[in-house]
Amino acid sequence: MALTGIQIYKHLPKTNCKECGFPTCLAFAMKLSQKQVELEKCPYVSDDAKALLVEESAPPIRKVVIGTGEKLLEVGEETVLFRHEKTFVHPPGITLLVEDTLGTDELQKRVKQAQAASFERVGQQLCLGLIMVQNISKDKDKFVQTIDVTQQNTDLPLVLASSDAAIMEAALEKTAGLKPLIYAATEDNYEAMAALAKKHACPLAVCHSGGLDKLTELADKVVGQGVNDLVLDPGIHSLGTTVAYLTQIRRAALKKSAKGLGFPVMVFAGPQGVDAQQEVLRAGVYIMKYAAVIVLRSAENWQLLPLFTLKQNIYTDPQQPLQVEENVYKIGEPDENSPILITTNFSLTYFIVAGEIENSKMPAWLVIADVEGMSVLTAWAADKFNADKIAKVVNTCGIKEQARNRNLILPGAVAVLYGEVAELLPEWKVMVGPREASNLPKFMKEQSV
Amino acid sequence: MPFAIPKETYNGKINSVTVGKDANTVSLGGISTYPFLGFEGQSQASIPIALEVWNSAPLDWPLALNELYGDVYADPVKWALTCQDKYKADMIALRLASTHPDQGDTSPEDAAQVVKQVLEAIEVPLIILGANHIEKDAEVLKACAEAASGYNCLIGKAQEKNYKTIAAAAMAYGHYVLALSNLDINLAKQLNILLTQMGVKEERIVMDTMSSSLGYGLEYSYSVMERVRMAALKQNDTMVQMPIISDVGIEAWKAKESKVDEAAWGDTHARGILWEATTAVGLLMSGSDALIMRHPEALKQVRKTVADLTSVEG
Repeated sequence: MALTGIQIYKHLPKTNCKECGFPTCLAFAMKLSQKQVELEKCPYVSDDAKALLVEESAPPIRKVVIGTGEKLLEVGEETVLFRHEKTFVHPPGITLLVEDTLGTDELQKRVKQAQAASFERVGQQLCLGLIMVQNISKDKDKFVQTIDVTQQNTDLPLVLASSDAAIMEAALEKTAGLKPLIYAATEDNYEAMAALAKKHACPLAVCHSGGLDKLTELADKVVGQGVNDLVLDPGIHSLGTTVAYLTQIRRAALKKSAKGLGFPVMVFAGPQGVDAQQEVLRAGVYIMKYAAVIVLRSAENWQLLPLFTLKQNIYTDPQQPLQVEENVYKIGEPDENSPILITTNFSLTYFIVAGEIENSKMPAWLVIADVEGMSVLTAWAADKFNADKIAKVVNTCGIKEQARNRNLILPGAVAVLYGEVAELLPEWKVMVGPREASNLPKFMKEQSV
Repeated sequence: MPFAIPKETYNGKINSVTVGKDANTVSLGGISTYPFLGFEGQSQASIPIALEVWNSAPLDWPLALNELYGDVYADPVKWALTCQDKYKADMIALRLASTHPDQGDTSPEDAAQVVKQVLEAIEVPLIILGANHIEKDAEVLKACAEAASGYNCLIGKAQEKNYKTIAAAAMAYGHYVLALSNLDINLAKQLNILLTQMGVKEERIVMDTMSSSLGYGLEYSYSVMERVRMAALKQNDTMVQMPIISDVGIEAWKAKESKVDEAAWGDTHARGILWEATTAVGLLMSGSDALIMRHPEALKQVRKTVADLTSVEG
């Protein structure tokens, strides 16, 4: 939790010496709490106070970076239990597991498919976050070779999984500089794994399935070895138990009551015996309930689309609604005589209106005006969706070139704008549509007769 | 130092509502924790799921559903029995779709007749739903409440503009009121207050705080339900302690992702079922106590997930 100005002030010298550039220690403390100034500006703050403030202001859940380059995955830094309290920050990395016992052809096929699985939704590109290569064979060469083939077919960051430190060492040499996640330090091998993580500057997963007591203890030991970028794995349990663990870890981390739990958490959605549908539903639960890395055994597109969509929904900032780009959108296959409707760029408004046009089974053009993601009524009240804006969008969006007809349907909620819009767009026949999108199919059918 | 399990302390409880007749009842709610956190109190033991039946053949249902129900569309009784016997629904949700002025405008008497026939045929509890038309629903549900007298049905949805008629009919004939509000905790609370001021008992109200499909506003429904549960369980606000039912199928099968053939999205059939199931699980994780669904395979998948969520190792 971030400290308040008053809490910080208690630890400052309270001499109001002004050397920090602020008139009083309290003013300085306020700026500190807003992170607009560095503590270093105060020459007199005691070392104890400094250590305490650094500790206190550290994020409750450490940020961990897996991989490098464009597709690196950042997890951690979460600050709330419920998304409406602020927002969830880093969407989890959905991860495909491949084993080093797969034949090369099958491996290539799966990795290529994972690499290609990508969907555009409301301006965001949704795709897998990681690929996990698991050493089942216990054979060093086979593992390294599998990693090699995987790397040739994807630029997604990797998770390397082997319980054998010597095999892991060979794999890390193969992936030097790419910062894969090492999976995993256990009770038996944590010293060797921690040494590897340190040497190769890689994040390290810590796994203990014997409960959170044991997991915290092990994480503390690994931190004691000098490795700080950890990802916790509470092991494979029933969905109910895993949700309890995920909830307890998040709560403990936010309250800072257990130091060894202030890290992102990874879970396996598809242990043996879980079918393809259940794997997705479990993964969905883990998206909602705080997991940062979610490992799947199967990743077909029909599974990934719902999962990625859920991830996008849950991780949307409640204060910043998703927005659709200002443009002309085709609903169905409209031609130059198809009806033309206009609405705002709040993603839900767009989806609902587009959905109802689809329900009408009549192809149409939908013009979207950028009003900073507000719904029609809100944007109208804020004077963002006004006659000037509507006229400007209609004139510049390209609809005039794409359609020959000049009939424009306004949302019923802004019927009051009718006169002004008609005046600003003299060559158009402006019509007022229904107030509720659900009445659009009926309205459009009536218009077409 | 052993790890101290951080437990939430709750000050309130969700009402337990039991609908249905004689030995064939189903209970909703009755829990005292956030969803599925059995380690700190009474959480869900199971989730009752209704399958949706219409009083007229739906014109806009996708292939995946037409394949299953096409043969029984013409006969709501057969349709309801199929859902009860073949697909093991816990309840039947009968939507009187054709009463909508734009969808046939059939009469309240017709609707009441269908309600009567379905009730005589099925054993599981019945949810009676209007066609989401303020004025017409009031007329239709009034007639249906009378026809269903003695069956302890859940009827609705009562909204701010028509709750009086519906609530009065529910009270007169011993039913439970399903109260619909529009994605806002204050509106949900206000409607419950209005209903109780009319004399409806708190434990005879079930809420629908507005369900949305995955990809089409799910996050709004999700956060409203989380906030409702906080108010109910932490602040002990008795006016939001009613169980929540989510109308999943009608929303999920509107989404094009659930029904459109698109090579890049993978198998349409499997995707559609998963779209409905994922929507359902999303709503359950944020506070829903019961569901209205359409596809029996989606129902089955959700039941499996719930069973897994409620199984906690010692």
